[in-house]
Amino acid sequence: MLSYVLRRLAWSTATLFVMSLLVFAGVYAIGNPVDLLINPQADQAEIARATALLGLDRPLWEQYWLFFCGALGGDLGISFAASVPAITLILERMPATLELALTAMLIAITLGIPLGLLAGLRPRSWLARSIMALSTLGFALPTFWVGLMLIMVFSVQLGWLPTTGRGATVDVFGIPLSIFTADGLRHLLLPATTLALFKLALLIRLARAGTQDAMLQDYVRYARAKGLSERAVVRSHVLPNILIPIVTVAGLELGSLIAFAIVTETVFAWPGMGKLLIDSINVLDRPVIVAYLLATVCLFILINLLVDLLYAVLDPRVQAGDTQ
Amino acid sequence: MRYPCTMKHRPLTKHLRLLCAALVLLAAGAGAAELRIGLSGEVTSLDPQYLAAQPNLTVARHVFESLTDVDTQTRLIPGLAERWRAIDANTWEFNLRRGVKFHDGSPFTADDVAFSLVRPLSIKGSPGGFAAFVRAVASTTVVDAHTLRVKTKYPYGALPEDLNSILIVSKKHAQNAGPEDFDSGRALVGTGPYKYLRYQRGDRLELTRNEHWWGKTPAWDKVTLRILPADPSRTAALLSGELDVIEHVPSADIKNINKNNKLHVTQTTSWRTILLHLDQYRTQPPGVSDLSGKPLSANPFMDLRVRRAISKAINRSAIAERVMEGLAVPAANIVSPGVFGYNSALKAEPYDPDGAKRLLSEAGYPNGFRVTLAGPNNRYINDEQVLQTVAQLLTRVGIQTRVEAAPMSAFLGRVRKEETSFALLGWGSFAADLSLRSLVAAPNTEKGYGAWNWGRYANPKVESLMEQALGSVDRNKREALAREAGTLAMQDLAFIPLHHQVVSWAMRADLAYVPRTDEFTFAHHFTPR
Repeated sequence: MLSYVLRRLAWSTATLFVMSLLVFAGVYAIGNPVDLLINPQADQAEIARATALLGLDRPLWEQYWLFFCGALGGDLGISFAASVPAITLILERMPATLELALTAMLIAITLGIPLGLLAGLRPRSWLARSIMALSTLGFALPTFWVGLMLIMVFSVQLGWLPTTGRGATVDVFGIPLSIFTADGLRHLLLPATTLALFKLALLIRLARAGTQDAMLQDYVRYARAKGLSERAVVRSHVLPNILIPIVTVAGLELGSLIAFAIVTETVFAWPGMGKLLIDSINVLDRPVIVAYLLATVCLFILINLLVDLLYAVLDPRVQAGDTQ
Repeated sequence: MRYPCTMKHRPLTKHLRLLCAALVLLAAGAGAAELRIGLSGEVTSLDPQYLAAQPNLTVARHVFESLTDVDTQTRLIPGLAERWRAIDANTWEFNLRRGVKFHDGSPFTADDVAFSLVRPLSIKGSPGGFAAFVRAVASTTVVDAHTLRVKTKYPYGALPEDLNSILIVSKKHAQNAGPEDFDSGRALVGTGPYKYLRYQRGDRLELTRNEHWWGKTPAWDKVTLRILPADPSRTAALLSGELDVIEHVPSADIKNINKNNKLHVTQTTSWRTILLHLDQYRTQPPGVSDLSGKPLSANPFMDLRVRRAISKAINRSAIAERVMEGLAVPAANIVSPGVFGYNSALKAEPYDPDGAKRLLSEAGYPNGFRVTLAGPNNRYINDEQVLQTVAQLLTRVGIQTRVEAAPMSAFLGRVRKEETSFALLGWGSFAADLSLRSLVAAPNTEKGYGAWNWGRYANPKVESLMEQALGSVDRNKREALAREAGTLAMQDLAFIPLHHQVVSWAMRADLAYVPRTDEFTFAHHFTPR
């Protein structure tokens, strides 16, 4: 177990290193952020001065080396545009994104598994067919369109919910969270639903397929033969068995939710990390881009590790580390 | 006003107290005038001297002021300086407004101004570009608390314009302040109409009225500036009533907003001129070839007849009406109508495809040639559609044009690597001579000329007139010279002017705003009507 975790850590470090190198070179190849940031009246001398101030006049390898040395000490550089440490900017925005992604995941799981289960148990009923139609829509509709439609209907036409932004926050252990205030929840509902839709569709399909498969298994037949009620069969035999693939996928998808949140955050002006990334890419704010991607990779690695551990809990036959 | 719970003689239960508190809040909400504005640009820092970008300055100008101000038409008016005059060719004297106080109550003096003029150069890691506005300054002398003399390195008439961009900070608060001190409001102490209340980066800035401001008291005692760069979201927030005003109304939404009787749109010609730079220095510019793809023997853009053919081939009124959906005015000038140095005698080139073909034949390209037109796709109003339309119009007269549109970051990177030879740029300025210095004067690092003259157009006559204009401290003389220089550059088609953008605001029907040529959105200029 320990050697497994250590091996994973070594791989992760290598991934982080390669990632930072690629992003660094990529942003460098696009252009000079000073051209984008500087005031147009600036002359050549002023552009050169600003470029030198940000260290962008040095050769690429030297810039990377300076970044690397700083990164070892936990310093990922200072944002060109905001003059604030990049990591501060990201940590400042992280609660908003995590809150949004986790709420979306929660919506997807609490709706997706029961709906999928229902659809799997009676695949030919009209209910099952409507659920599957819903799931098809969830796959087919682009996120930004769904977001805008929800805004038009629930905010502009009906006036029930706010269009954009994050609501009032309360500090929980020093972290500002909006899920614990009524205003915060009102603001969270539309973006979280938008973000959840795709994952909801996916979980419905997974749960349905799993259920249909499980219903044909011998253990279900035996359970029925034992005289268990249909409800008990589903609760204690079907559900636990379909959960394993769902946990794996849900875990992986949580990572992609955090990354996919970019579109939703832009549409709903949600002040999260995704919006920060877009803004930073627009002005080639390299320290923030690199720090964001490193933070995201770390998050992915962490989630994958947790999923593996959870997997072992759910299925006693699996031991974390048995990957070969 | 009196509220029931201020009567202390009667003991109240906890619940009643809460109820009262809620009532007070409601009453305060109803009586207080708040204005909620949706801004379109990302604000990166609240330090007014960190980055000279319009979104940052929009926010900063609510809290801070500059010596010289500009009116809605970009003409100079007094700001923190009541008057200014040139004592001699190299010295300007500014007489500061008396009785002005910073938000903390400390008096505003010439020391603060002298400090604010040197501070931009000393900010660590700032890509700001504010140094460009004080590059002509040799030294400043504080004559007394309300008089400041600025010596320039050379005779310089545009100093009052340049100093409009330098916001005056309080020396006491800004001296040792870092960016975090501005974002937290500690150092955000100015003389302006609004004071810092709360800031959430990337989301909103809340401000309260400065009751001691020297100017006309603004109608709103609280202002919330929301940052909403996504166009549809900004419109939606206005439609739902969450915002009272939005700036930069998406062109597609203007018609619908005008139909809505609870809202209205106000607009004016902006100072931003959209133009096409042409390579005029390489014999074989990249992307230019004959119709079979082989290089041409000479650079066609160097021939005035070809430049005129391109100008005639472009249907500016069709672009303005259809592609820009009315958000453009065909251009013939280097600056927008009303801006210092504008020449109303210049008329936009009429659409004349036959004339264009004739000129091309005369220049030796009867069958045309091939070019690549580059430009941004996320910077100006409908920029990519404008590029596509221009390309189609040019192709129609024989200049086969391919479009290469990219995000501003990638596009500028290519321009700086000199990989483009025909490219679109937007430019806004207070004065024609300032525009000429950046866009038309031959690139010269020492003098700071032509930093944005991508085509390296060079014309000694234009340049000498421009230098005389910039060096003239007599405004009338300067404007005449600037107008002459700009006219000459346009007759020679230093670049192809396309259009001046129109800038628009949408707001509640009971609000009024005088639209500003410089595109700024100021809460204190909105009035109930």
